[in-house]
Amino acid sequence: MKRLPYLLPLAVFACIAVYLWIGLGNDPRNLPSALLDKPSPQFDLPPLEGRARLDGKQEALPLATRHLATGKPMLVNFFASWCGPCQVEHPILNQMATTHGVTIHGINYKDDPARALAFLGRLGDTYDRVGRDLDGRVAIEFGVYGIPETFVIDGQGRVQYRHPGPISPDVAQNTILPLLESLK
Amino acid sequence: MRLFLLAILALLLAAPAAQAIAPSEMLRDPVLEARARDLGKELRCPKCQNQSLDDSEAGIAVDLRRIVRERLVAGDTDVQVKAYLTARYGDFVLLKPPMKSTTWALWFGPLAVILLGGVVIWRSARRNKARLAEMGDDGLDDDMQDDNPLNTDGEWESAKR
Repeated sequence: MKRLPYLLPLAVFACIAVYLWIGLGNDPRNLPSALLDKPSPQFDLPPLEGRARLDGKQEALPLATRHLATGKPMLVNFFASWCGPCQVEHPILNQMATTHGVTIHGINYKDDPARALAFLGRLGDTYDRVGRDLDGRVAIEFGVYGIPETFVIDGQGRVQYRHPGPISPDVAQNTILPLLESLK
Repeated sequence: MRLFLLAILALLLAAPAAQAIAPSEMLRDPVLEARARDLGKELRCPKCQNQSLDDSEAGIAVDLRRIVRERLVAGDTDVQVKAYLTARYGDFVLLKPPMKSTTWALWFGPLAVILLGGVVIWRSARRNKARLAEMGDDGLDDDMQDDNPLNTDGEWESAKR
């Protein structure tokens, strides 16, 4: 028992080391949204015209706050043609939309419409609505750090989850799809 | 050589003035601009997380600097500007964490550790003093002569108790 005082610093060191070690593995971008459980911000964006959607529908619909509370959970995905990681995650978004029937609205962040169309034409356009956020103001309303960023919105239009960075197959399968299922 | 040293000195003096803010971003009202600068130093660029808003050239930092200035021109107080940003980006945008129940450990933890350390040192010092006084009686610790063969680890304390 008397040896305890000698072991104490070692124990304290071990505790700190373990916490720092865990901290090293954390992604500093992975912070919960400040909007969690709150209604999504007010916005009204013009549509991206001339889309060739994979499901064949032709209309170009605008995207506004009222389109986010439809009784069904959905995703809002910030993307741009100039963003590399957006390209990486796009096939995964397409897969969620086509094989799992997930509604995904796109917000085209600070982008040129022609380039955005080319981007979607190349990778496949499975977005429901796409709004154009030319000056990035809506992204700031959502608290976006950097694109791509994806928000899970529940049926009442409240923000339930924020995923910064590209969605990996693992995140889609183990985080986003189960969350959407539980919100149904 | 002297010219070279002067040039280095000039560069060193100029360094603190180097900021990411472009002249076109600045407000014409010097009072508001000064407030915007003070806020820019206290706010974090969400993209490049260890830089302040004023130090960063990231697109989002430029946008947020513009919003800070917009809010100031609209008549917001500094507190209102910060509230506007924390409503969207969370407390994380504040470089100095706010004092609230969830951050008490952060603010008072170090003080608690120092106090705890002080208590430990004070107690062990008192014990050492008592021990020395005890030894002072005959200069020899009685327990040291305990020839229990089990006490082979040579540790003075463990032998003593």
